[in-house]
Amino acid sequence: MKCQQCDKSAVFHITELEEGDVREVHLCEDHARGYLTQSDGDGDEGSEKPTVGGMLAGPLSIAKTADDLAEIDQKACSMCGITFFEFRNNGRLGCPHDYVQFEKELEPLIANIHGATEHVGRSPARFPEGTEPLTAAIGMRREMKDAIECEDYEQAGSLRDELREIDEQARRCREEAPPAGPTEGGHPSPKADAGAAEEPGDATGP
Amino acid sequence: MMDQQDAPSGGEPVKIERLTNSIGEWLKGTGPESDIVMSSRVRLARNVAHFPFVSRANEQERTEAEEFLRGQIALSPAGQRLDYINLGELDETDRQFLVERQLISREHAEADGARGVAIDEGEQVSLMINEEDHLRIQCMHSGLDLPGVWEQIRQVDDAVEAVVPYAFHPRWGYLTACPTNVGTGIRVSVMLHLPALVITRQIDKVFRSLHKISLAVRGLYGEGSQALGDFYQISNQTTLGKSEEDLVGQVSDVVPVLIEYERRARDYLVRESQLNIHDQVSRAIGILRTAQTISAEETMQHLSRVRMGVLLGLIEDVKISDINVLLVRTQPAHLQKLRGVELDSSDRNIERARYLRQHFENADGDVTSIN
Repeated sequence: MKCQQCDKSAVFHITELEEGDVREVHLCEDHARGYLTQSDGDGDEGSEKPTVGGMLAGPLSIAKTADDLAEIDQKACSMCGITFFEFRNNGRLGCPHDYVQFEKELEPLIANIHGATEHVGRSPARFPEGTEPLTAAIGMRREMKDAIECEDYEQAGSLRDELREIDEQARRCREEAPPAGPTEGGHPSPKADAGAAEEPGDATGP
Repeated sequence: MMDQQDAPSGGEPVKIERLTNSIGEWLKGTGPESDIVMSSRVRLARNVAHFPFVSRANEQERTEAEEFLRGQIALSPAGQRLDYINLGELDETDRQFLVERQLISREHAEADGARGVAIDEGEQVSLMINEEDHLRIQCMHSGLDLPGVWEQIRQVDDAVEAVVPYAFHPRWGYLTACPTNVGTGIRVSVMLHLPALVITRQIDKVFRSLHKISLAVRGLYGEGSQALGDFYQISNQTTLGKSEEDLVGQVSDVVPVLIEYERRARDYLVRESQLNIHDQVSRAIGILRTAQTISAEETMQHLSRVRMGVLLGLIEDVKISDINVLLVRTQPAHLQKLRGVELDSSDRNIERARYLRQHFENADGDVTSIN
């Protein structure tokens, strides 16, 4: 498909959602950069509504050259393996660690969407400092799969043990949290003292 | 009740059957300002820290995340009051039924892999497992009651958080698959019935004002943002950088203004355009009482006018809650469940007309003069 503004091949296929209308834009790399970094809305009254193009304008505007863009696109998450290119294509991140891995790239995008880059509001009682140690399990599962494929059973066994520990930690949450969480009527659960960690199952198995 | 084991085979259709014969609390039209505000809803997007997000997870990881969440929620006091429905065991019509009932999203119905929804008896609370995020908690009340909804969902969230490690980052807040939901993960919305603003052509002006203060507007049941039957959903667009209470307040603050606009427009119509309004309401109820075949879209338009007629005192023997229920029960999947058979589109139109005739036959339905 050709770029809508010149004879080069279109490599950016953008779907804009505006006031309920769907509009497709097909552009080459040069014209896409111009399109995405132009002031969003051009004085239109609905300019505060984030569009897909608007969402991506931030991260792309920090890229000076095509090489920079390509380099950013190739960055991959060390836990789930998603590349920034894959995220840009489908708009969904792969795992919680992406917010750490792609922090620099996501920051302008998030600022563009929310007009803010810091969370204000509730935080979980159990992990107010963040859940990165638990998220490590996502990478470990991939490593364990690789170890099994390479017949490195010692490594696979060690990873499995670590994964079991994380799984048990995840299931233990409630015991360390205040008993009988506040719900309608505040009745304590008949199972409130039953050991949640007694049946860890094998959620982390290969 | 939720338990950690899989539901016995055949259990899910029975649960749908039970829902078919009941109606959700939010449809009863009992809440504050329910002449204009159909419902108030809050949803929270949450993910489990040690699993990839749903779209990145392989089949096994999705299954494990679903089992983990279902098992853990069943242990919490909140979970013990919920009924779990495994969406994988439902056919397309039953899943569509839950969408029409607003208990799951269209995306959740159409997705693949292990997924389900836990629902409370009054259909106020629903917990979608493996939607776009691992967990979407939703709470919905009749009328304008955002503080009440927020209080209830906050309690459910606390109860689940006691048993599930939510993915959280001190800077970014609750981590979500899409960055548009990161931070609080909260979407606060109200469903409004604004026929007079539509008739007086003021609705676009209102929407432009809402966009300026970062609120989104969508239609009810319509494809994309197309509004059917003058029902509109107003919700917050941003989720980061403001507290949950502030975001609830952002929507709460604007609703009384919209209610006032709609009331003024209704007064204006009664005062200045009486014959025209009388005609529109009379025609709408006339069609609903006599049509032999009718689409869901046309039904919604006429029910909207009849609803306005009831509220303006033009129709005396039809209740608002009945109209609310008809709006849901004339949707495609509800019609088929009520009839107990699969129906194609044209048969559904015939069945819908029969259902409406039957309903409005019982009501006198005479449109009285405003004076």
